[in-house]
Amino acid sequence: MIPISSWGRLTALPHQVVSFSNLSKVSAAISASKQGIAFGNGRSYGDSCLNPGGVLWSTRGLGHLIAFDRDSGILSCEAGVLLRDIQSLVVPEGWMLPVTPGTQLITVGGAIANDVHGKNHHLLGSFSDHVTRIKLIRTDGEIIECGPNQKQDWFAATVGGIGLTGLIVEAELQLKRVPGPWLETETIPYSDLSSFFKCADESEVGWEHTVSWIDCLAGSGGRGLFMRGNPVADNTRSVPLTKKSSMPFVPPISLVNKLSLRLLNEAYYWLNKRKSSKQIVHFQPFFYPLDNLQNWNKMYGPRGFYQYQSVVPRDVGQDAVNEMLKEIGRSGQGSFLAVLKTFGDRRSVGMLGFPQPGVTLALDFPNNGRRTTELLDRLDRIVSDAKGRIYLAKDARMSRALFESSYPRFQEFLKYRDSGMSSAMSRRLLGS
Amino acid sequence: MSQKKRIVIIGATSAMATHCARLWVQSQIVDMTLVGRDREKLERVANDLRARSAKSTISVMLSDFNKASDIQSTVDAVTGSGNIDIALIAYGSLSDQNKCENDLSVCQNELELNGISPVLFAEGFVKKMLSINSGIVAVIGSVAGDRGRKSNYVYGAAKGLVTRYMQGLQHRLASTNVKVVLIKPGPTDTPMTAALKSRGAKLAPVEDVAAQIVEAIEKGTPVVYAPGKWRLIMMIIRHLPAFIFNKINI
Repeated sequence: MIPISSWGRLTALPHQVVSFSNLSKVSAAISASKQGIAFGNGRSYGDSCLNPGGVLWSTRGLGHLIAFDRDSGILSCEAGVLLRDIQSLVVPEGWMLPVTPGTQLITVGGAIANDVHGKNHHLLGSFSDHVTRIKLIRTDGEIIECGPNQKQDWFAATVGGIGLTGLIVEAELQLKRVPGPWLETETIPYSDLSSFFKCADESEVGWEHTVSWIDCLAGSGGRGLFMRGNPVADNTRSVPLTKKSSMPFVPPISLVNKLSLRLLNEAYYWLNKRKSSKQIVHFQPFFYPLDNLQNWNKMYGPRGFYQYQSVVPRDVGQDAVNEMLKEIGRSGQGSFLAVLKTFGDRRSVGMLGFPQPGVTLALDFPNNGRRTTELLDRLDRIVSDAKGRIYLAKDARMSRALFESSYPRFQEFLKYRDSGMSSAMSRRLLGS
Repeated sequence: MSQKKRIVIIGATSAMATHCARLWVQSQIVDMTLVGRDREKLERVANDLRARSAKSTISVMLSDFNKASDIQSTVDAVTGSGNIDIALIAYGSLSDQNKCENDLSVCQNELELNGISPVLFAEGFVKKMLSINSGIVAVIGSVAGDRGRKSNYVYGAAKGLVTRYMQGLQHRLASTNVKVVLIKPGPTDTPMTAALKSRGAKLAPVEDVAAQIVEAIEKGTPVVYAPGKWRLIMMIIRHLPAFIFNKINI
């Protein structure tokens, strides 16, 4: 047993970690095991990848590519392959993952199990919209191959199914053609929420990637920076050398706190406002701004942090986001990595998939105990009233009632659950 | 003769070897032969490498690692189709010390697999390389070979044999164009050390260790510790007087 934390570092409870060096061992290992849950690269923020006192099936040993067809852009691989390894292989060949979240340090299995999304949701949907096949091994030994054209029900259960339908061991992905690693980007400062929505609407046509950073501190008036980008061909530039740094230790208190936040947000807004407008940027810093600061999660100190990502329907979106910002302002707590983005008009294929039409707000809060969880409870009420939902990949504390009302397909999902798989999240939200 | 660099990896399905192979096919077009004991595992690695490099040629070959005659015929078969630029000998098994102490046949197997077998492969390749006065033989040893200690001296003894053998080989080949590289990794995060990891040991990422191996082979560095800090750590451990060393529980 060794202590394992998810990315939010809220707990570090003992787990029995079981690794696989190859596929042939998986079936025997998981069927002889106590209940377990897959653990990829540990980037889920909450408790979806944890199983305290129980078994974690580490999938990083399933890290082999199976085939890559450079003409069709179809890549098949084992589930433990990191998105980083795919990008670094395929981008020089003129291909790219069609959908990528804000970090490439996650496994393919994790990307499917959480049906992750990116800055181009309005155009290309979520990760699983580009998955053509999944191979699952169930704890009873059954092997299930599913996809958008075969066993669609299993596919819909597994995509976004937080690892509970069986162990994802292989996947096949359809990559997207790109002219190279570069993006033509534009940063537009906005002063309030209605300007954000105006900018987002205008950018839906003509811009593949849109996202914004929002200043969520009291008195900021909902100002922020809107960023948009398109792939662009550019043969004149050389790929920037990236320098990796790392949080060397866990500071005794969170470096993100009331004092630092005001300075950080102020500085971030003005620096970017000044250098705003158009730039050609390499895809890595654009998509993965934090990947070069290893262990950035340690910045929040020994008690860890909560991520809170919600989506609310567009018609009530502006009011709901406004309410949430006010609530955060009143609480005196705040978030530096606050991201606001509109989703396109499409739902996740997954029964428990997160993306749905509307606007999504992602926030991070240093864990200050009850003060923080009470604030999150108040945010829950706003989300619930707006008929929105919380992203499971980031959640560590929502109530079962909110889950059941906001993920109405959960009962349909239960039919596909593997009874040999269980996580802290499944026990919290599904009762087992 | 082909222009592609010819690389042969013995024990190619080990995590360290696989990562070295990935680095090679990423940086250049190569003609690579993967040698191992299990066809399915070899094909898995070969497919991974083919997916990473469309232009490299990747082939697999089955071989036994124990019998001298099988090792000789594998070396003959690999070198028969052309000269080898790099031979990386990269397999091993992290012996269960307790089992070795209680079962002499386990002990014998571990000593043969980790010590004698890699030496026979190296000897076989060196002979072929000397005939054309060109090539690099690299063997993955271990920091465990630097000083015997109670928790794994059977493994350590086998790796120590490799160390001493490589030393002699380097002496013998000093005036030739055949280079010999000994890599001594510290505890690395691979399936071989899964048991260590599950007990909470801190392990070096295999990607980093592989990058050091590939660089050392490129430069022909005689002895490389990976990560580099182990050179210092092992120097201290080697020089600790017995009355202190015997009190340490390692």
